[in-house]
Amino acid sequence: MENLIVTTPERTVMEHVDQPVEPPPADESVPACTFQVKNLSIWYGEKRAIDNVTLDIASNAVTAIIGPSGCGKSTFIRALNRMHELVPKTRVEGTVLLQGEDLYLNDVDPAIVRRRVGMVFQKSNPFPTMSIGENVVVGLRLNGVRDRKFLNERLEKSLRMAALWDEVKDDLHKPGTSLSGGQQQRLCIARALAVEPEVLLMDEPCSALDPIATAKIEELIYELKARYTIVTVTHNMQQAGRISDYTAFFYIGRLIEIGPTTKIFTNPTDRQTEDYITGRFG
Amino acid sequence: MTVAASILVEEHSARTRMAPASRIGDKAFEWLTLAMALAVVVLVILIGWQLWQGSSLAIKKFGFHFLTTSTWDPVAEQFGALPFIYGTLVSSLIALLIAVPLSIATAAYLTELAPPWIRQPLVSLIEMLAAIPSVILGLWGIFVMVPWLREYPFPLLKRFLGWTPFFTGPMYGPSMLAGGIIIAIMILPIITSVSREILRSVPDLQREAAYALGATRWEATRIAVLSYAKKGLFGAVILGLGRALGETMAVTMVIGNTPQIAASLFKPGYTLASVIANEFTEATTDIYLQALFEIGLVLLGITILVNLLAQLLLRTITTTSATRAVQ
Repeated sequence: MENLIVTTPERTVMEHVDQPVEPPPADESVPACTFQVKNLSIWYGEKRAIDNVTLDIASNAVTAIIGPSGCGKSTFIRALNRMHELVPKTRVEGTVLLQGEDLYLNDVDPAIVRRRVGMVFQKSNPFPTMSIGENVVVGLRLNGVRDRKFLNERLEKSLRMAALWDEVKDDLHKPGTSLSGGQQQRLCIARALAVEPEVLLMDEPCSALDPIATAKIEELIYELKARYTIVTVTHNMQQAGRISDYTAFFYIGRLIEIGPTTKIFTNPTDRQTEDYITGRFG
Repeated sequence: MTVAASILVEEHSARTRMAPASRIGDKAFEWLTLAMALAVVVLVILIGWQLWQGSSLAIKKFGFHFLTTSTWDPVAEQFGALPFIYGTLVSSLIALLIAVPLSIATAAYLTELAPPWIRQPLVSLIEMLAAIPSVILGLWGIFVMVPWLREYPFPLLKRFLGWTPFFTGPMYGPSMLAGGIIIAIMILPIITSVSREILRSVPDLQREAAYALGATRWEATRIAVLSYAKKGLFGAVILGLGRALGETMAVTMVIGNTPQIAASLFKPGYTLASVIANEFTEATTDIYLQALFEIGLVLLGITILVNLLAQLLLRTITTTSATRAVQ
């Protein structure tokens, strides 16, 4: 795992062309990867939404997926925890390995996949009939956890990680929907973190938020990457630049380019990436 | 023209340009819709007043005893409505107990689980059930359902639940239970379709939230869909209850039409609606007719009371949780 790096295969070869044949020693600059996606294609009925995508996603880093509307970035991120299957008539080809395990084998339960790969959505969606506290621990309850003490500990821990504890600690019994938009989104992050997933997927988590709430979430993402692998979809180029370590550019279902964010933004290899980043289209 | 005057003229014309041309139209529309809305209220009040008028003699003669006594003897001119009130409430309660779980489960299946090729035919069939005329359902009840009930389910109920007071005594067939079952069949389609609409209006984001936490289909339906929709579902049930209380024809044909209060559901009963339908042609004396009018008044009163109670209950449920307003 250690010698896999997050670049396209050709460049991997190019960068290592002078190195000896035996695998290089584990290096801090060469990250391990959480997901290995190989030749992934996804169809909705007859429509092909993702076209032969191959990429690796680094562990404990933020990978941003960018691209114009309809480029398949949402479908791609949802394929990482099989959420896209909620749409009827989807078909998948290729493999997605999570820590080396194929998510799309026949005997894999999508519910288990989603417990390992948490997700936060474009619009905050706390359960309106549940209190703030219940919202956070609902995932644990689904897993059959009944121990009060454990639930309370995890409740506080998750809310602290989501930087929401100080704001809500006295109102845990109030409905989750009584919070402001940004707080609700952080509540949803806390809810996703409570089950201790290995990965956190975020599908445009700030698109419905004001700049101050957005800044808080971005700060949170920065803190969370020490413990989690984060994949985020964003429409906002500046945001991708601010929060991500790696950026992948998608265009009409294809992966055009992936690399370190600084490289993608300053010196992209592909003409289309450059055009998109400089705002010539999209 | 002075400068000031020209400015005034200009201001004036600007104002007329900004003013909507359809002010009068808007007002007319408002008054028209208000009148329509009030007409419904007036209609209910008029009906209530008419019933009151029609039963004033009986109200004067029997007073409060009308509601608390059980004798229904037109020859002796003794009228007490208690068995009918009891019959209406109990048969409706049985109907709800049967129809509510069935309807909500059906609605949940249709919105959350059913593949499209099952969903469409099933929806059409359920809507067709609502289109069956009450009297035909009643005929089917007399000739098919009641004999079948007497043959198989009733003896089973007696064997396993005979230790409760509800399933004891002889089983003739026409009974409170049969009445409740036929009402259940009649209110099933309305509760199902309303529930289905309500479940469909639950945002997909809620389902996604549950699935993303690793919920199974049942768990997602429970925590994201049903609990989100519970207020609306309660409304659907109340709508069904309204139907059940006033249901007449089919019930009259299978409930046995005997004014009595018996614990056993195998015993025949009588409902407020049934007694009006059965006896208004033979009500030859003034006081008899008046008593039937009063029965109508009681039925109207019960329906309104049940709805008010339901709304009160709804408010106490929802002050504790922040559900959206579905009514």
